[in-house]
Amino acid sequence: MRGYSIYLLGRLGQFALVVFIGINIAFVITHATPIDPVEQTITAATQFGSTSPEAIAMMRQSLRELYGVGGSLLEQYLVFWKRVAVGDFGPSLSAFPTPVMDLIGRALPWTVGLLLVSTVIAWLLGNLLGGLAGYYRDSRLLQFAGILAMAFHPIPYYIVAFVLVIVFGYVWPVLPISGGYAMNMKQGFDLEFFASVLQHAILPVLSLILVGLGGWFMGMRSLVSNIVADDYVGYAELAGVNRRRILGSYVMRNALVPQITALAMSIGAIFTGAIITEQVFGYPGIGSLLVSAVHAGDYSLVLGIATVSIFAVSVAVLAVDLLYPFLDPRVGVR
Amino acid sequence: MLPVLRDLLRYNRAFATGVILLAFVAGVAAMSVFSPYPPNDSFVVPPDLPPSWPHILGTTSRGQDVFWQLTFAIRNTLLFGFAVALLSRVISLAVGLVAGYKGGIADRVLMSINDTFIVMPLFPILVLFYFVMRDRMSWVWLALVMACLGWAYDARLIRSVAMSLRTREFTETGIFSGMSTRQILTQEHLPYVMPIVFSTAMNNINWSIGLEVTLSVLGFTDINTPTIGVMIYWANQHTAMVAGVWWWIFFPVMLVVATFVGLFLLAVSMNEYIDPRSRLSRMRT
Repeated sequence: MRGYSIYLLGRLGQFALVVFIGINIAFVITHATPIDPVEQTITAATQFGSTSPEAIAMMRQSLRELYGVGGSLLEQYLVFWKRVAVGDFGPSLSAFPTPVMDLIGRALPWTVGLLLVSTVIAWLLGNLLGGLAGYYRDSRLLQFAGILAMAFHPIPYYIVAFVLVIVFGYVWPVLPISGGYAMNMKQGFDLEFFASVLQHAILPVLSLILVGLGGWFMGMRSLVSNIVADDYVGYAELAGVNRRRILGSYVMRNALVPQITALAMSIGAIFTGAIITEQVFGYPGIGSLLVSAVHAGDYSLVLGIATVSIFAVSVAVLAVDLLYPFLDPRVGVR
Repeated sequence: MLPVLRDLLRYNRAFATGVILLAFVAGVAAMSVFSPYPPNDSFVVPPDLPPSWPHILGTTSRGQDVFWQLTFAIRNTLLFGFAVALLSRVISLAVGLVAGYKGGIADRVLMSINDTFIVMPLFPILVLFYFVMRDRMSWVWLALVMACLGWAYDARLIRSVAMSLRTREFTETGIFSGMSTRQILTQEHLPYVMPIVFSTAMNNINWSIGLEVTLSVLGFTDINTPTIGVMIYWANQHTAMVAGVWWWIFFPVMLVVATFVGLFLLAVSMNEYIDPRSRLSRMRT
């Protein structure tokens, strides 16, 4: 039991560190740059028509409070942390007066759903195929799958999503390429709405799987081909253990442990990919919200999304880390 | 070094393919010297011409020759990738070698920070950076920020090599003959991690170019410096796909995909070279 608590404490400490450093990066970026978001917003707001100097002065005052950029740098830093702690980034300027957190809260389930489904499918499928490819090295079909995985893996999310849009939007228009559900549909918990959501999710999920699959496939294949050379596998084969059982319980079971660690490490990158994919497919999640916030010049919303993203990714990493002891019993003994 | 390269070229198909792809891409980038048009001038040729002589890849709706524009774009994209890789190599070498050699508490602290940077979602942070920089954004700034954020994964790999180097005899000999830590790291350990530095550099270039393309396509970089992403950005701005000007998008995408696949194949074949176990298993089949 001691081993578990030490492991748990270490992971929680790492979680706190990720949030701490991430929030600090966000603070440094927004405060160390020579550009003042208050002046930027004022310029944007007053570029059409003339505004009286008194009104501008009042606007500057209230924007300073809204953005938390009044006072000394230390005060700003403390205000920044206070806002993060209570999760309040003020109202959004582009969708005034909706609070920033409401907008993020509405978009977050879409992103989480997209990420969860595509990551789980890509991880399971990649590991299964990779394990098979590492064990049955002579299979022509699996060798071909390896070449495909290698070809797709290095291409970035944006390009794959973009090509899918072109193929299914212009060349062979059978699937919806934009939105999270049919435009004219009322949101509700009925079958029709659910079907529409599923249909709209096919392409984004597919593009995320296409990019993600290759990495898991190749990682698992090399892990398995190393484990196959170990003595205990050779011994099991000599002892006449069923080959399927060797692959499942002797080889893949051990190879899955580092793959779980790899999953925890790549969640940040997968999240980046998901929000890019969302933007391409006009999916109503965090990614689309972020891009439209930048175009609208909505400082609070951009900052809020960056902070919430850091927090959400850290939580996801922690969740995977907590799964780890179930796969690797050695954690409890150490 | 040279015989190794020759053997890799002759016996490793992945390596040879990668080299050919990258030589082609580099050739296109080098052609930018001969461009008859300056990179930022528009309406120097008739717009919207399909690929034909003398505009072999067609012309854009902004009246630019796609081929010559592409030479500038790929040159800047490659330069960007190399700059990020070079800068981040310095950080990851410093962190990886020190953490691996020192061990103990220094290793713990460095690796905690390292793991933090591995899981950090970079895209929102880069967008935030663009948001506060706006018009002052340039690719130099972007390269600097991305190098500061993208070193962590490779530092971990370098550390794992450095850890095994620490227990080797020559390290002890170095210590007993009075070498300082800095001397041991730079003179004794550095040569051993160089192969892994090269192979991770390829992956790092891929990663940085991918993010640069993504940010540019969304218009979140300096859109007046032609890169592959900026080219796609302008094509999207002119709705090139809908207007039927497909060559404006197709050729940049194909060229950047060739770059990705080429760099990736080099990284994979170098890894295989570094790890003799996988070389052996290849020879058996």
